[in-house]
Amino acid sequence: MDESLKQKNARLVQILVLVVIGMFGFGFALVPLYDVLCDLTGLNGKAETVAAEETPYKVDMVREINIELLTSLNEATPLIFRTETKQLKIHPGEYHTVNFYAENKTDKVVVAQAIPSFSPGVVAKYFNKVECFCFKQQTFKPGESKVMPMRFVVKPDLPKDFKTITLSYTFFDNTKASVQN
Amino acid sequence: MSAVVAEHDKHHDHSHDDHDHGPAKGILRWIITTNHKDIGTLYLVFALVMFFVGGTMALVIRAELFEPGLQFVEPQFFNSMTTMHALVMVFGAVMPGFVGLANWMIPMMIGAPDMALPRMNNMSFWMLVAGILLLASTLFMEGGAPASGWTLYPPLVLQTGKALPFAVFSVHLLGISSIMGAINIIATIFNMRAPGMTLMRMPMFVWTWVITAFLLVAVMPVFAGAVTMLLTDKFFETSFFDAAGGGDPVLYQHIFWFFGHPEVYIMILPTFGVASTIIPVFARKPLFGYSSMVYATAAIAFLSFIVWAHHMFTVGMPIVGELYFMYATMLIAIPTAVKVFNWTATMWKGSMTLETPMLFSIAFVALFTLGGFTGLMMSIAPSDLQYHDTYFIVAHFHYTLVPASVFMLMAAGYYWLPKWTGNMYNEKVGQLHFWLSAISVNILFFPQHFLGLAGMPRRIPDYNVQFADWNMISSIGGFIFGISQLLFLYIVIDTIRGGTGIKATNEVWDGAVQYGGGGTVGLEWTLPSPPPYHTFTEAPVVVPIEYEH
Repeated sequence: MDESLKQKNARLVQILVLVVIGMFGFGFALVPLYDVLCDLTGLNGKAETVAAEETPYKVDMVREINIELLTSLNEATPLIFRTETKQLKIHPGEYHTVNFYAENKTDKVVVAQAIPSFSPGVVAKYFNKVECFCFKQQTFKPGESKVMPMRFVVKPDLPKDFKTITLSYTFFDNTKASVQN
Repeated sequence: MSAVVAEHDKHHDHSHDDHDHGPAKGILRWIITTNHKDIGTLYLVFALVMFFVGGTMALVIRAELFEPGLQFVEPQFFNSMTTMHALVMVFGAVMPGFVGLANWMIPMMIGAPDMALPRMNNMSFWMLVAGILLLASTLFMEGGAPASGWTLYPPLVLQTGKALPFAVFSVHLLGISSIMGAINIIATIFNMRAPGMTLMRMPMFVWTWVITAFLLVAVMPVFAGAVTMLLTDKFFETSFFDAAGGGDPVLYQHIFWFFGHPEVYIMILPTFGVASTIIPVFARKPLFGYSSMVYATAAIAFLSFIVWAHHMFTVGMPIVGELYFMYATMLIAIPTAVKVFNWTATMWKGSMTLETPMLFSIAFVALFTLGGFTGLMMSIAPSDLQYHDTYFIVAHFHYTLVPASVFMLMAAGYYWLPKWTGNMYNEKVGQLHFWLSAISVNILFFPQHFLGLAGMPRRIPDYNVQFADWNMISSIGGFIFGISQLLFLYIVIDTIRGGTGIKATNEVWDGAVQYGGGGTVGLEWTLPSPPPYHTFTEAPVVVPIEYEH
């Protein structure tokens, strides 16, 4: 193998190794890119994690939206968790408060985080919460039970196609992680 | 023939001082070798062994599914089997099989003395072995091998026992190994071609491999990144995919399939290359539409980067996303159809003979097309909601992998074995192997379409009795197919040890010199059979072939 070929090979390998490193980085860059895309398009129903202001909207009395509420527990989260209202009909622009109930079944402190999920996903950006137990972690003393309100509005600019919104909350057990911190 | 040999020997004497001649003695030859033929052989033997290992796992699956109810294995182990079967077949059998062919054939096809980076070549093979051993070791760990499917979706995969970090590191090793192999192939093809071997005269096998190598370089690092995120999620408190910490498991699916869809083309493009090489020889006609084949391959590779979310139509994408990925996916049918039509047109009015490599190639064209059609069915988002995660998808991708990739690996074996060993294989046993394989593969996979349409989910050890009959037929096909492959093992060993006793000529197949290359003669067929340890130490002069119109 002569010298010029060795040089050509070395240069090509350098370029390709850079491509490999770049693509490894691209895999990680997809994480923030995904969040940006989700924010822009409402893809995947990522809900806001901070409270919205209670701005008054003009109530659309003609349309009626069916709201369905679901609760579930991730893996073996030691809680009882249910909603006091399973279903309600609302008008876009109207504020409503629904109550969720959770109880610690154990004799230990449980720290849990509720994660919302919308179906269909795109409605998330039309669904404003002014108060929610999901905005921060909830700490339950041994045997403690809580009634947790969630106050929301469906914005009147919700596209006409959507007649039913399903909102599900899942409690994830974060006790171990919060003890370590 | 003698002219080539004589010339070669003369050259050999000439360069006595600065080149080693033959292989090292004993077992060390295989460990330290940097010779492309030796490394090609290592890859091919390794792929064949892994084909039987992965096949045995498949037979565990088919045995359990022979009847409803749990007979042989625990559900957890069953799921480990589906996962390990896939990982072993993808990363241990099909990919190394084609890398082995690339190592053996690309230097000989383009008139190069060896691969561009011989030491890295050796290293990438032994990293592959290390990666697969690491993966296999997870079978014996507390909590068992990964059981979440080859896609390793979180959160399920994070429930793997002690095996998770080992599986992740094994993916890293396999990834680094195939990236090194790909870089080597690109460098060889770009820098080592003989004078006159222009890009548009390269054999299609070389073309498909250079495109495949670029896919590997682009997507294997992304997969390595994804499994690294799994690792940090599990052990270092990150929340890439953990909803409780603000992450999103669907993000993993996006990253995985950004790798995963090009990955399935990494397994099929070299398959196309082998078919485009074999069919013209046995039809005794030049490949129909050579340049359209090149552009179609490039188009398929490009499209593979922008269609990934068709694997996730059911995650709840907005309608615009579903429509985009649906139409983009359907576009792939166009360049693929160009290829199928070209193969058919190559055979049209050809003077065909039906030796084993050609039989496998014809079966490939027919059965791959069938697998492509079911893919088209699933590209339709509203229908996919019905097919998703059922046996229909299992039938689809097995049709595109077994009677396509695996069949063409077999065909390549039959086609080049006489060249590699200098001996003819036993044609009668070869044909028997073909017919048993071609019939049983359909008994094995065709009923799975029906099971899927009827709603049987994939990756389950037990099922409703309504699915019993077709599962039993599928299992019977599976066992016939599995056992038939022992014939191939027999033929390979028999041919290495002398075969029928008939020595292969240089050209082996009538017409291989004329039609076995791309725009030039098939260079490997101008060499002796078996070729000497070092070939084309002086670049051959390559002249284009002019065809009569």
